[in-house]
Amino acid sequence: MKAMLVAFVAIAVIAVGSNLILGEAGFSSQDRATGAAVRLDN
Amino acid sequence: MLRALTALMLTLSFISTAHAQEGDTPDRSGTGGAQTLEDIMARQNGQEVDNAFRRNATGDPDSAAGIASQLGTLGGASDPELWRALRFGTANITASNNGPAATTLIQDGGMKWLQFREGPLATYGGYLLVGTLGVLAAFLMIRGRITIDGEKTGRKITRFKAVERFGHWLLAGSFILLGVTGLVSLFGRKVLIPAFGHETFAFLAVGSKWVHNNVSWAFMLGLLMIFVMWVIHNLPDRTDFNWLRKGGGIFSDGHPPAKKFNAGQKLIFWSVIVLGTSISVSGLALLFPFEINMFAATFAKLNAFGISGALGLGELRETLAPHEEMQYAQLWHSIVSFVLIAIIFAHIYIGTVGMEGAYDAMGSGEVEEQWAREHHSIWADEELAKAKTPSESATPAE
Repeated sequence: MKAMLVAFVAIAVIAVGSNLILGEAGFSSQDRATGAAVRLDN
Repeated sequence: MLRALTALMLTLSFISTAHAQEGDTPDRSGTGGAQTLEDIMARQNGQEVDNAFRRNATGDPDSAAGIASQLGTLGGASDPELWRALRFGTANITASNNGPAATTLIQDGGMKWLQFREGPLATYGGYLLVGTLGVLAAFLMIRGRITIDGEKTGRKITRFKAVERFGHWLLAGSFILLGVTGLVSLFGRKVLIPAFGHETFAFLAVGSKWVHNNVSWAFMLGLLMIFVMWVIHNLPDRTDFNWLRKGGGIFSDGHPPAKKFNAGQKLIFWSVIVLGTSISVSGLALLFPFEINMFAATFAKLNAFGISGALGLGELRETLAPHEEMQYAQLWHSIVSFVLIAIIFAHIYIGTVGMEGAYDAMGSGEVEEQWAREHHSIWADEELAKAKTPSESATPAE
C-alpha cells in the first residue's frame, strides 16, 4: 500500500517537475511557434 | 462475422470500381481543361476526384503581362490559380511566425481527420470499452469469482518487492489519469459539451490537457521500470503452451503450473510494453508538435515492402503536410490507447474482483501461500525452497 501511495506522489512530482523543466527549456508552444517580433506576454 | 464479411466485400467492390474509373480520363475540353460539373458533383457526393489535372495549374509568372498592361499586376497568376497553389501546398509563402507548419495555410486532409476522429474513432472506441466492461460483467456472472480452492495456510510469500510495486503503480496510476484525460479530450465536443456546457468543459479541458501532457513522463518512466524489472520473467517458455492449452484453468478445476508470470500475464506484459511504447512514441510526436514526423517514413516503408498493397490500402502517400503527420499521430495514439485500455480493464478485473488473493500481490506484496501454490506453482516451489535453505544462497562460493 505504501509503495502505491509513494508512486502516486511521484506521479504528481514528475508532472509538476516536467512542466517546470519543459517551460524553462523553451519547449512551450509559445516559444516554439513565435518569432522574435511576437510579444504574447506583453 | 457476417457483417465484417459484407463490409469487406463492399470495400473490395468500391476499390475495383475506383480502378475501373481511373482508366478513362474525363473529357474536360468543354471547360478548357478546368474542372467540370461532373468533377464538382463527384466531389460533393464524397467520391475520390483525381486532382492531378489541376494541381499544377497555378499560373505562370514568366508569361505575365507587362506591369502597365491589363491584369499585369496579377503577375501571371489569377486569383483561382493563387488559391490553388495555396491549397495544394506549392505557393511560395513567407510567414513571420517560426512554427514548422506556419507556411501551410490550407490543409485539406484536416477534414478527413476531423470526421474520422469524431465518427468511427469515437464510436467504435466507445463500443470497444463498453463492450469489454460488458464481457467482464458477464464473465463474473457466469464464472463467478475465482476463489482459492485449497485451505488457506495463513503463511505469506513475498511476490513483489517495494520497488516492483512502485514501478507498477507509477505506470498504473499514470495510465488511469492519462486514459481518463485522453477520453475527456476525445469526447469533449461530441459528449461533454452537449452534456455539461461550454464553460464546464473549458475548465475540464484545460485541466485535462495539463495532466495529460505532464503525467505522460511518469507513464514512460513506469513503462521503462517494469520492462527492466520483469522482462526476464516474461520470456515465453514451454510452460506457456500448456497453460494456454488449458485456458489458464479458468473453466476447469485444476490450475496449470506456472512460473512467476503465467502465459496470460505474459500476454498482458507484452501488450503493455509494445502498445505502451507505441503510445509513448506517438505521444511524444504530439507533445512536441511537428518535431517528430514518423508517418510519411512509415508509409514509404509499408509501400516499399508491399504491405500496404497486401492490405488493400493501395499506394500510401509518402509526402504529408506537417499537420497531417500530427493528425495521423493523434489517430494512432487514440486507436492504440483504446486497445490498451480494453486490455487493462481485463487486467484490473482479474487483479481485483475477479480473483481472490490476487490484489495482495500488488497491495502489500505478500500473497497467501496457498494462492501462490495454485496459480504459480513452479514459482511458489522455488520461493519455498529458497526460504527453507536461506544459508545456501548466502554462502559465498569457495
